Amino acid sequence: MTNKSLPYCLIAPSAIFTVALFLYPLSLVALDAFTSKSGGYSLENFQVMVSHWKFGTALRNTLLLTAVVVPLQMVVALSLAQLLTRVKSGRDTLLYVWTIPLGISDLAAGIIWLGIFEQTGFLNSALITMGVVDTPVSILGFNDTFATLVAIVMAEIWRSTAIVLVILVSGIGLIPKEYSEAAEVFGAGAWAKFTRVTLPLLRPSLQTALILRSILALEVFAVVAALSGTKFPVLMGETYNWQFALQDGPVAAAFALVILALSIGVTLVYLRWLRVPKGAGL
Amino acid sequence: MSTKAVSTEVAQKRLRRVLIVGAAIATVWVLLPIYLLFVNAWSSQDVVNAFPKSFLPEMNHESLSFLLGFDGVLSSLVNSLIVAMITMVFSIGLGAPAGYALARYDFRGKGTFRLLILLTRAFPLPLLALPLTVLYIQLGVDDTLVGLALVHTMLALPFAVLITFSLFSGVPTELEEAAWVFGCTKVEAFRRVVLPIALPGLAASAIFAFVISWNEVFASSVLMIQNRTLTAFLLQNLDVSPMHMKFAGGALLVLPAAAFMFLIRKHLFAMWGISNR
Repeated sequence: MTNKSLPYCLIAPSAIFTVALFLYPLSLVALDAFTSKSGGYSLENFQVMVSHWKFGTALRNTLLLTAVVVPLQMVVALSLAQLLTRVKSGRDTLLYVWTIPLGISDLAAGIIWLGIFEQTGFLNSALITMGVVDTPVSILGFNDTFATLVAIVMAEIWRSTAIVLVILVSGIGLIPKEYSEAAEVFGAGAWAKFTRVTLPLLRPSLQTALILRSILALEVFAVVAALSGTKFPVLMGETYNWQFALQDGPVAAAFALVILALSIGVTLVYLRWLRVPKGAGL
Repeated sequence: MSTKAVSTEVAQKRLRRVLIVGAAIATVWVLLPIYLLFVNAWSSQDVVNAFPKSFLPEMNHESLSFLLGFDGVLSSLVNSLIVAMITMVFSIGLGAPAGYALARYDFRGKGTFRLLILLTRAFPLPLLALPLTVLYIQLGVDDTLVGLALVHTMLALPFAVLITFSLFSGVPTELEEAAWVFGCTKVEAFRRVVLPIALPGLAASAIFAFVISWNEVFASSVLMIQNRTLTAFLLQNLDVSPMHMKFAGGALLVLPAAAFMFLIRKHLFAMWGISNR
């Protein structure tokens, strides 16, 4: 084997695999979505999807969840990461504890918070014991979508902030100390240091975290399924329904394309908005 | 002492208090829900459904043994383990050579390959299970553990490539070259010099692949009808299973994943720090 062909032999397996299990299925989804029941190309599946009464709600709920969860967890993770830079002892222990949810599946997270929010769950038990309410409040019921939304948001923030924290903490670790020392010399306070030094230098990590989390938020599924069943429709849940319960693959593919389009759109927005100028990286 | 020094000292004290309170709140926020899951899972059905609930576990295995004795649960647990192990082997087997090539060689198409790998991260990959349901039936691998493991490998592969890339970049080229000078072949030098240094990190990324597969819900639920994995079993039975069974199932899902993440906690940051870029 010559030196020239060696790298190609090394990347060939993963490149072929990615083409076979990523690019090829991706084209199949697009093809399925635009193929009508009778064979030819058409927008039939999209018409079925859009005219279904749950589509609008599912789209709205998914976007709403993403718009609420992602910014909130960015703030939480940034605060925790800042807190960690000031902790003198026990930093590793704190980090380990705070990143435990990283290993917890979204389904398990949904089940965990179901135990808290269900009508006879821990939250109602605590409220009754403390005398705040007389009868258990229905949180995940049909009648209160807002309470359901709050419950899902809490479960999502609890589960998925850990990955943001890991990305930001490693990003902060890569910023040379000299920058903030220099800022101090010029009389910058803690807040000025944070907004003028840390945040701009953290841009690549913020970008990674935002892209990763927004895509995952757009495909939110199991947490919602565990907490509210089908009472709070989301796009991924509807995709699953059309594929599995209604056995209508092409419409499921149309739903999938909507999620894919949203994900790419979001990624492009972040790439532009948080563009790292060439050569300005660390 | 000047007044300024006193006031900074007061500010320092106040800051410390804020830090401690913040850290305490975050720690309780993370740990309390997990504790409550175990209270639920280690209580019998009657205690789980009682109201108001006790905040202490009954230490009763009834719910867990009920779940494990339930038709299909034990086999789904075994299925989850097998799929996760195949995923682990596939993603490292495919990803590590690519990571090594990216770290050691400059070649035409390197940028394109990196772009392809990064591109996968802009897509909700579990959705790709949809067309595979039909394709797998045509190929005769529908409802098989390997078929699902292939999808999970696609989820874990980008991470494996990027993580091993950063791992191998961290092994100095000089060490490898020294081994060649002393008469090692390329393969020998890799096996005897690079591999031992990179091994802990490789193991960590393998475990990460395991956890990705173990926790995956959507693709598993869409692809597996008879041969269900644990997540598929729990999801497909969500609306029919009683509360105590859900909680026991949740605990069963959480335990191995949490244990594995504990094992690789030290590598987590190195893995993410560089795969960022």
